[in-house]
Amino acid sequence: MEQPFIVDDPSTDTFRINRRAMVDPEVLAAERANIFDRTWLYLGHESEVAQPGDYVSRTVGGRALVLCRDHDGTVRVWLNTCTHRGATVCRETKGHGRFLTCFYHAWSFDLAGNLTTLPDAEAYGPGFDKAALALKAPPRVDTYRGFVFVSYNPAVIPLVDHLAGARDYLDLVCEQSDTTMAILPGTQEYSIEANWKLLVENSIDGYHAMSTHATYMDYLITAMRKAAEALGEKLAPPSLDGHAHDLGNGHAVIEYTAPWARPTARWAGPLDPALREPLAARRAELAERYGEERARRICETSRNLFIFPNLIVNDIMAVTVRAFEPVTPGLMHVRAWELAPVGEPAALHEVRLDNFLTFLGPGGLATPDDVEALECCQRGFTSWRELPWSDISRGMAQERPGITDELQMRVFWRRWNQMIGGDPAAAGGGEGETPVRLHAVGGGR
Amino acid sequence: MSSSPDLRAAVEEFLYHEADLLDTWRLDEWLALFTDECSYLIPATDRPDGDPFRDLFLVQDDRFLLEQRVESLMTKTAWAESPHSTTRRLIGNVRAADAGDGAVAVQANFIVTRARQSTVDTYPGRYEMLLERGGPAGFRIRMRKAVLALEELRPHGRISIIL
Ligand code: FES
Ligand SMILES: [Fe+2]
Repeated sequence: MEQPFIVDDPSTDTFRINRRAMVDPEVLAAERANIFDRTWLYLGHESEVAQPGDYVSRTVGGRALVLCRDHDGTVRVWLNTCTHRGATVCRETKGHGRFLTCFYHAWSFDLAGNLTTLPDAEAYGPGFDKAALALKAPPRVDTYRGFVFVSYNPAVIPLVDHLAGARDYLDLVCEQSDTTMAILPGTQEYSIEANWKLLVENSIDGYHAMSTHATYMDYLITAMRKAAEALGEKLAPPSLDGHAHDLGNGHAVIEYTAPWARPTARWAGPLDPALREPLAARRAELAERYGEERARRICETSRNLFIFPNLIVNDIMAVTVRAFEPVTPGLMHVRAWELAPVGEPAALHEVRLDNFLTFLGPGGLATPDDVEALECCQRGFTSWRELPWSDISRGMAQERPGITDELQMRVFWRRWNQMIGGDPAAAGGGEGETPVRLHAVGGGR
Repeated sequence: MSSSPDLRAAVEEFLYHEADLLDTWRLDEWLALFTDECSYLIPATDRPDGDPFRDLFLVQDDRFLLEQRVESLMTKTAWAESPHSTTRRLIGNVRAADAGDGAVAVQANFIVTRARQSTVDTYPGRYEMLLERGGPAGFRIRMRKAVLALEELRPHGRISIIL
């Protein structure tokens, strides 16, 4: 008896997803074919290759890629494979130089992709077309405010259209800086033994904050109380308050006020009271430039933004950019960076770094508990045949779902379901190969 | 780094003691080894020489945060370490040198294993420490940096224990 992947019935406030989606290698194969091969994927940030000659290499959507800046200053993306017989031309995760030289037979390419030299070139015949053997780019590459995306689908819709309502939220993140935002040196690269979709859910899940992150909340309250006492002030009870929004094309966000300090102009204990004034001044500056309401959002509100299918930008007590890559149904690779305004005053920059590491990353006071939770879910999914359904219906009856509701996850799952069903229009490209058909067959229920 | 046998023996004794406190989860006693102005650092795997004031680290604790970390780890709601994992630390290649002002600069290699939920994660790396002479254990820790000898944090996915 066939079962759907999703039961979505607003008339009974029912939303369930079939756990087979989290464990079945066939599902992952279909995700690769129908999602990762067809839509836009986040690759990296232009600031990671700030200088001409800089390059980084990484795997995105299963393909080894090189992101670099050529000697004219143009940001380029190349498939990391030699046009001769296939070896990766870049074997370092990051570096700087004029050429990418394949060590196998020593073909050498400049960062603009041209095949510049090869040993014993005379041995090739007159029909040998050196120009045609330049490095090859993925079918589509585009950038939005420094965020570099690729697509392996030549017929994919333009990036700006794909980003839809998420653009405005990326703008809000970037408006923290008068000049530009940059990725700081240092990458948190780790893996989680869980299905990649669990990290999507977790990264925008307000419901788990108080339970999973009890130790972090204790820390925060301790730190804030200590600061308030030192100033002879009373500590308002910390709360998270806000709403979830559907941004189109599977993107979603939760936007809310939170007790923590934000280095872009939200003072709170335990920040140095001396920072109160500069932060107020900065906030006034932003109000001048963007108007009071937008400045309030830039400064005061936190946002956890998911850009379908592989990017998280969480602009909370600091900004983290997190990209993930499924490896097997039960294993994902994760990369996390810190995004910060260029030229931020040192005192605020230190706050930012502190804020980030207290909460975020595999050594923080919060992320290890997320990893634990996701791995526990994956272990629980071993009985998916006996208990096939997960419930994601929270807040379905609400007119304006809050951040502890699950609207944002339903937005993701609906888009996932649409794409996995192989609807070419939904995938943002009417052309290309026939999508993989996949039928959900659940266990008995 | 030049290392006199006596100084090295004393530092080794101290490092073994410290490792034992961590392996037996006597974290309060371990915390007591630190000075008031102290730091506990783990750089990002792709930035082992990172600057804690500019770059992203994995762990960058001052005294207050280290206290919070220890306190958290001893609560039931530190889910990643509740129930506690089983760890063992091997420390070797210890070198120690006077760094002036009664301080001692230490380098040592480590391998820490963490067993939990039927998996064993291995954390290899190098300690760089700055110690002060004194205290019941012979030394106090002013700076303790654990530089991982890993290209990325895989397959571990977390540093939920003290390294
Ligand atoms: S495979 Fe690269 S030079 Fe032959
Ligand atoms: Fe979390």
